[in-house]
Amino acid sequence: MALNIETVRRIARLARLRLTPEEEQRYASQLSAVLDYAARLQQVDTSGISPTASVLGLPAPLRPDDIRPSPSRDQILANAPQPEGGMFRVPRVLEGEP
Amino acid sequence: MLEAAGALRAGELSSEELTRACLSRIQALDGQVHAFLHVAEDLALEQAQAADRRLAAWRRAGTEPPSLLAGIPLAVKDVLCLQGAPATCGSRILEGFRPPYTATSVQRLLDAGAVTLGKTNTDEFAMGSSTENSAYGVTHNPWNLERVPGGSSGGSAAAVAARMCFAALGTDTGGSVRQPASFCGATGLKTSYGRVSRYGLIAYGSSLDTVGALARSAADLAPLFSQMAGHDPLDSTSVQDPVSPIDLNGVGLSGLRLGVPREYFIEGLQPAVESAVRQAVAQLETLGAVVREVSLPHTDLALPVYYVIAPAEASANLARYDGMRYGPRHGPGQYPEDFFVTRGDLFGPEVKRRIMLGTYALSAGYYEAYYGQAQKVRTLIKSDFEAAFDLVDLIACPVAPTTAFAIGQHGDDPLAMYLEDVFTLPANLAGIPGISLPAGFDSDGLPIGLQLMAPHLAEDRLFRAAHAYQQATAWHTEVPPL
Repeated sequence: MALNIETVRRIARLARLRLTPEEEQRYASQLSAVLDYAARLQQVDTSGISPTASVLGLPAPLRPDDIRPSPSRDQILANAPQPEGGMFRVPRVLEGEP
Repeated sequence: MLEAAGALRAGELSSEELTRACLSRIQALDGQVHAFLHVAEDLALEQAQAADRRLAAWRRAGTEPPSLLAGIPLAVKDVLCLQGAPATCGSRILEGFRPPYTATSVQRLLDAGAVTLGKTNTDEFAMGSSTENSAYGVTHNPWNLERVPGGSSGGSAAAVAARMCFAALGTDTGGSVRQPASFCGATGLKTSYGRVSRYGLIAYGSSLDTVGALARSAADLAPLFSQMAGHDPLDSTSVQDPVSPIDLNGVGLSGLRLGVPREYFIEGLQPAVESAVRQAVAQLETLGAVVREVSLPHTDLALPVYYVIAPAEASANLARYDGMRYGPRHGPGQYPEDFFVTRGDLFGPEVKRRIMLGTYALSAGYYEAYYGQAQKVRTLIKSDFEAAFDLVDLIACPVAPTTAFAIGQHGDDPLAMYLEDVFTLPANLAGIPGISLPAGFDSDGLPIGLQLMAPHLAEDRLFRAAHAYQQATAWHTEVPPL
C-alpha cells in the first residue's frame, strides 16, 4: 500500500515532526514497504482471539496515597534548556492577555 | 569474572587495580572500537575504592561476605540512567542530559559494590540491530572492525568482547541483547518481562522492553541476574514472583526436553549458522538432553506484529521529547514550531520512521486494522510457546540468520535490517527469557550464537543448560585478536 505524500505530512503533523521534502519522499516509500509487509496481518483469522496488551495480564497495582520523597526543584530544572525563576520557560501557548 | 571476584576477596588484587586496568584498556582500544559514549573515570575509581574498603573490612571482621560483584567493573548501556553520568540513548535529543536518579537495575548492582566504568553506545533509543543508528557514531565489532557489533546493545557487546569490562548491562526489546551477543561472541541474557525493574530504563516499547546483561559466560551472568532481578515497587509491571535461585552445580541435563522449532530453519539462514546451531543441539544431546522437533506455527508473523506494536508504543513514549524540559531546544521560540523543529532536527531517521509508523498504526481509521489486529496475533504467538512448553522444557534455535554483517551493508533499506530480528522478536512478544551462547565461528572468523528460550520466569533452566554447554565447549573462551 503506497503512502501518499499527503498522508506522510498528516502523520508527521500528528507526531510533531518537521520533515524536509526529501525526507517526506524517502519516508513515504520506506514506510509503504513496511506497511505492505505488515498488511499480511490482515490475512490472519483472529476471530475469538483476545488482544495481548501486556504479557503479564496483571491488574495495575495500587498503593496508599502517601507522600514519598521526590526529586527537588533544582534537580528537575537541572536539565532544562531555559530555566527561569524556578520554572521552565516555554513559548507562549495561549493567545491574548492573561 | 568469577576468577576476578575470587582474587578480590582473597586480597590478591584490588578493585582499584582492576578498574584502572579496564580504564587503560578502554583508552588503548576504544578509539578503534567506539564501545563507550562516556567513560566515568572519577566515578569508577571512587566506587572501586569504596569496594576495596568494604572487602578489606570483611577480611578483617569476617562475617557475611560481600557480593561476588563487589569491586567488579561493568559497563551500562546508555538507555539506562546512572546518576553522575550522562544518558543520551544514542540520540541528539538527549545531548547533555544528566539523569537525576539511577535505574533500579543499576542501583542494585551498585549496592552490591559493582563499579560502573561508563555508558555504552546504542542504536538511537534502542531502535536498531547494528548500532549504526547511534547519533554518536557506530561501534565496531572487535572480531572484525569493518563489521557491526549488532544492536541495539552493540556498545555493551563490543566492550565485553574486547575485554574492556567483565560484564555490561543491555536491554532487549526485539533481540537487542541476544543478537549483539551472538555477533560479538559474548553470552547475552534477555530476561523475562517483569523480572527486572524497568525503572530508570528510558522507554522504547513498554510492553516489550527488558533489562538484560552480557558477559563472557553464563556463570558470570548468574550473579548479575540474581542481584538485579526481583520485584520493584517503582515499576508497576515488575512481577512479585520470587527469583528462582540459580544453581549452576545442580543436576546435569539428563532428561531435559529440548525442542527445535522447524520454522526457524528457513531459507536465508547462513549455512554456517545452521550447522553451528545443529552441532550445538547435538552437543546438548550428548550431555543428556532429549531432543525433538516442535512447531511454532505463527513465527513468520512475529516481524509484522513487532513492527506495528513496537513503533506504536514508541510513538507514545517518545512524545515527551519536545525540547521543553530536558535536552536541547531548537526552533524560533514559538509554539508549536519549537516542537516540530526540535524533534525534526534532533531525532535520527530510524526513530522518525518508527514514530511515524506507530502514529499511523494508532491513528483513527487504522487502529483496529493494524494495532488491534497485531495485538491479537501477538496472543497467537504467545500461545505457540505455551503449547510448545507443554512438550519441552527449553527451545533451541539460531539467534540471527547471519553472522555480523558489514557496516553500511543494509544502507537505507529498513526492511532488510528488520529481517535480521526474525529469531529474536518472538521471545519479546511472548515475554519469555532467552540466552545467546557462543557456539562456533564462520569461515570469516565471525562468532555464531545458539539461542535457548525458556518459559516465563524460568531463567534457572536457561542457566543450567547454558552452563552445562559451556563446561563441555570452549567457544565462549575465544577472544578477538585486538
